[in-house]
Amino acid sequence: MTPWIVTNLWLIPAVPLAASLIILLLANSRGRMARALAITGQVVALTFAIVAFLRTLAEPGYRASHNFTWFTFGAHTLRLGWVLDPLTAAMLLMITFVGLWIFVFSIGYMAGDRNFTRFFAYLSFFSAAMLGVVIANSLLLLFVCWELVGLASYLLIGFWIHKPSAAAAAKKAFITTRIGDIALFLGILWLYRSSGTLLFYDEGNGCLEATGLLALGTSATFVALLIFGGAAGKSGQFPLHVWLPDAMEGPTPVSALIHAATMVAAGVFLVARVYPLFSLGAVDGVTPSLTVVVWIGVITALMASLIAVAQFDIKRILAYSTVSQLGLMMVSLGVGGVAAGIMHLLAHGFFKALLFLGSGSVIHSCHHEQDIRKMGGLRHLMPVTFLTYAIGMMTLSGVPFFFSGAWTKEEILHATAHWSRSSVPSYLMMAGVVLTALYMTRQMIFVFFGTRREASELATGQVRPIRHRTDSLRRTGGHAQESPRVMTVPLIVLAVCTTVLSVVLTPAWPWLHDYLNGEPAHFQIGQLIQPMLFVSLALVAAGVWLGILLYRNAGGTDPLAQTQPILFRFLENKMWLDELYAKTVLSWSTMFSRASDWMDRYIWDGLVRAIGAAGHFFGIVTTNFDERAINAGVDESATGTRGLGRFMSAGHSGQIQTYLGAVAVGMLALLILYAWLA
Amino acid sequence: MTPTLQTFLIVSAALFSIGLLAALSRQHAIFVLIGIEMMLAAANLNFIAFWRFGSQPQSPTGVMVAIFSIAIAAAEAAVGLALVIAVYRHYRTTNVTKLDQLKG
Repeated sequence: MTPWIVTNLWLIPAVPLAASLIILLLANSRGRMARALAITGQVVALTFAIVAFLRTLAEPGYRASHNFTWFTFGAHTLRLGWVLDPLTAAMLLMITFVGLWIFVFSIGYMAGDRNFTRFFAYLSFFSAAMLGVVIANSLLLLFVCWELVGLASYLLIGFWIHKPSAAAAAKKAFITTRIGDIALFLGILWLYRSSGTLLFYDEGNGCLEATGLLALGTSATFVALLIFGGAAGKSGQFPLHVWLPDAMEGPTPVSALIHAATMVAAGVFLVARVYPLFSLGAVDGVTPSLTVVVWIGVITALMASLIAVAQFDIKRILAYSTVSQLGLMMVSLGVGGVAAGIMHLLAHGFFKALLFLGSGSVIHSCHHEQDIRKMGGLRHLMPVTFLTYAIGMMTLSGVPFFFSGAWTKEEILHATAHWSRSSVPSYLMMAGVVLTALYMTRQMIFVFFGTRREASELATGQVRPIRHRTDSLRRTGGHAQESPRVMTVPLIVLAVCTTVLSVVLTPAWPWLHDYLNGEPAHFQIGQLIQPMLFVSLALVAAGVWLGILLYRNAGGTDPLAQTQPILFRFLENKMWLDELYAKTVLSWSTMFSRASDWMDRYIWDGLVRAIGAAGHFFGIVTTNFDERAINAGVDESATGTRGLGRFMSAGHSGQIQTYLGAVAVGMLALLILYAWLA
Repeated sequence: MTPTLQTFLIVSAALFSIGLLAALSRQHAIFVLIGIEMMLAAANLNFIAFWRFGSQPQSPTGVMVAIFSIAIAAAEAAVGLALVIAVYRHYRTTNVTKLDQLKG
């Protein structure tokens, strides 16, 4: 007897989807109704998510699924379904809760926008698709919602349609994730072929359960790697990370929702969801597919945090930070710390959304200025934003005790340290922690401390502006001030949540860890102080201290740019990876397109035109034959007849005596004939 | 010399030819009729010649044919003259070369 909420889990994505469809039918002027519908949809989804969460508290390791047949073809049936387990419930809560506050923030941020209604339609649609990904029990349903999430991301990144850079970024995001999606689709096909089912949990017959895994055998590694390809695309792992920084062209709430909290989390979520495939046949917790996951994650994490040190756009720093954190999560999953990785995912959802919304608040009040070299001294002008941003920054850097980010990072470092394959990831992730603290400190100093730098710095011609829209210039008379309450309240709520979340993350009461692992919760105050705690404390302190040292008197320019120009330029240009891709993959793709176009234009079109020409030629031949041969023949015969007639009528002279003479000649001829014959 | 059959036939043929010539070459319609009469006369002479030098000279067969022929010639001459008069009434000419209405 499945509980009501499990059977009706589909309501959670369905309500925002319904809200989105209704909003799409509204006229552009009905902004109030649009935002009311969107927020209502999200609140209803949140309510159901809470109900689902409470249901999972019934027993440790709760898992219930509801499957049904979609259609049958021949001897096969295609079944879909949804599953409710701790992973699902936690993700549902995070997505609906964070999403709700981002919706509220958007009311303030997008207030002057002409396409306000469309924005909320797309936001609701995205929310529905993401919730669908999370509840899916069938890989097919997950893939469908996965693609819808990609579509929503495309629509939202390219929301400002008058900006060609936004359109290009949206296209880049979609195509790059599409490459990953091809791998994912191949993995799904292979899985279906090997195990005969796409359901995860199906009373023992699912592909993640005993019989399914047995049927897969050795192909589990390849299937897992293909699925990881899809996850790498969506979660911005190297080499498919290039779309995430460009995706900052979208409005900041979009960046907060999609590229911090939820969509990019989908990849990590997918790996966690199909973890049994990855860990099949693990020797000491190590399998080939998991090793690949670890190394890709390590490369991503380190590379992104290095690039973040050299960026000047406030959102790009956060974007690269997201890429780096996602790499860290993948590393955690790879070394076997599944619960740790998911915990970091959930915490990251909160604090990264907080950071993005905070940066949105800053951008909004600086009249859509995004260059940190043109900010500064905002901590007095925007106290609430500063405070909440500081909380977010400390959480991300991993300042311990009060902030959730520290506990999750500590767990991950703990897991990497105990990886039997190699200890290199452990040291590299520690370096990552230092770098994270460093670039976040840098960002804080540039944006909030120091003196206020306005656009007058532009006049020197040294900095390249990153401007967007200036419609709020008139309102504040050109000075930055604190954002309206509709924007600061979400910041406060999220800041409080990140702090409160740390309570359930401490090693003393690892409630979330046990919940995700399906174990009963336990409480041990002695576990609060761990050796790794001191290590992470030291690393964070080192990073922050280094940051303060380097950037304290920076003013408007970056000191690293002066001292290490080559390295700085290398990092500032994102290690020239985009250019590398443009030279190689894109140029091959362009060549192939040109070749196809040539084929189409000259070969296929030529074939069609040749057939047309043959028909035309046949027509000409027939016409000429008809005109010159047949008609001419007829004309000739007519002319001949006429000539004969003319000739004959010439004999009719009308002269009587001529006729008489003819009779006489004829008679003479007859006589001669008669005489000759006789 | 005594006239033989050939003599009469030569005369008749000559007379016929002259008549034909007249019919074919004279422009006046009456002269054409005269030519026709001459041809008829030649034919009569032919009949009489063959009767006289033929198998039964005593039966009046040849003479009868000749008389018939003359009667017919007379009737035909009357008709011809009537035609000429009719033509003259309409076209005001007796020149046969000018009667070319049937020219095609």
